[in-house]
Amino acid sequence: MAGESPAEYIQHHLTNLTYGKLPAGFERNGTELQEATWTMAQSAEEARAMGFMAFHVDTLFMSALTGIIFLVLFRMVARNATSDQPGKLQNLVEMVVEFTQDLVKNTFHGRNPMIGPIALTVFVWVFLQNSLKLIPVDYIPALTSAIGIEYTKIVPTTDPNATFGMAIGVFLMVLYYSIKVKGVGGFTKELTFSPFNHWSLSWFNLILETVGLLTKPFSLALRLFGNMYAGEVIFILIALLPFWAQWALQVPWLIFHILVVTLQAFIFMVLTIVYLSMAHEEH
Amino acid sequence: MNINLTMIGQTIGFFIFIVFCVKYVWPPLVQAMQDRQKKIADGLAASDRANQDLELAQQRATQELREARDEAATIVEKANKRANQIVEEAKTEAREQGDRLLAQARDEIEQERQQARDALRAEVATLAIAGAEKILESSVDAKAHSEMLDKLSAEL
Repeated sequence: MAGESPAEYIQHHLTNLTYGKLPAGFERNGTELQEATWTMAQSAEEARAMGFMAFHVDTLFMSALTGIIFLVLFRMVARNATSDQPGKLQNLVEMVVEFTQDLVKNTFHGRNPMIGPIALTVFVWVFLQNSLKLIPVDYIPALTSAIGIEYTKIVPTTDPNATFGMAIGVFLMVLYYSIKVKGVGGFTKELTFSPFNHWSLSWFNLILETVGLLTKPFSLALRLFGNMYAGEVIFILIALLPFWAQWALQVPWLIFHILVVTLQAFIFMVLTIVYLSMAHEEH
Repeated sequence: MNINLTMIGQTIGFFIFIVFCVKYVWPPLVQAMQDRQKKIADGLAASDRANQDLELAQQRATQELREARDEAATIVEKANKRANQIVEEAKTEAREQGDRLLAQARDEIEQERQQARDALRAEVATLAIAGAEKILESSVDAKAHSEMLDKLSAEL
């Protein structure tokens, strides 16, 4: 990235590869677009102009890739799982499974066999997505730009779309189980008759409870995104140092991030379990 | 940092992964782990049982050994007693037989002596008659008679 100013360098690293619909009337390379077109964004401005009708190709690709790695790996082990002496890989997988299983047992007080696999998926998937951050910031973008892809941001969890996407998934499950366990009436009652158990205050309760409900996915998504994004920015800043000095800051930050990556995945899983547990509880 | 369709894509991916995990990943793994736990528990229980069995067997073996030893001691004692008895009986019998033989021998001796004495008595009469004949043929010589009588008595 020679010849770039530090601001441009950082900006470049924080821009996703975007495929979306450019609105009609957008001026591109000096010419005005006659009609809305689906195209690859060539600059951050274009990506911004696309608005909601766009995909972050890199985010989707990497999150799908990590998810598939997780499932293929675990499926392989699950298919060959033996109750005799397990191999090394099976041991590792079983350790993770047992860890989530224990956590679910201790945290989740309802009776739902789905919670275990949900927690496992959340944990391992988020962990793998976060782990991509441990790859030095310039490696993948340099490779992709060599084959003509301008922007690449490989860590999906530094993209709020990814974290909000997962948080919305959790939120939908919370709604689903709330209604499934308590029924529509029971859920409505919970939203309107607590904390103040009086009909005249039900509108107030509804506002309060709705805010409480919506806070869950927001905090879930923003916590993960904030931590990962901040860490990524620091990595990019460190990468601006002269190459012989980078290790002095990079190594401690990297080691610290081995912890952060795991911790954030763990927190995301625990909160998912807790929210789902709350959805199962009658008030 | 634009919010866009990526978010919905991510949500869809999330659910696909969860469904796959629920169907194909979680059940076999948990099953294998449960099976192993059961196996280990069974194994431990079996080893406990085997230990108990071993202890029981050892106890029984010790007891049987003690009984066998007692029995052997009894048998040896009985045998000793019997042997003593046999020896005792043999001794008694031998003594009795000896006594009997001795008595028999004495009887025989007595008998023979009696016979000898009887024979002698008969002989003495004959001798006395022979002596008298001799005396009647020759003159009676006191000196010669006495000499003859001495001879006679010496012959007895």
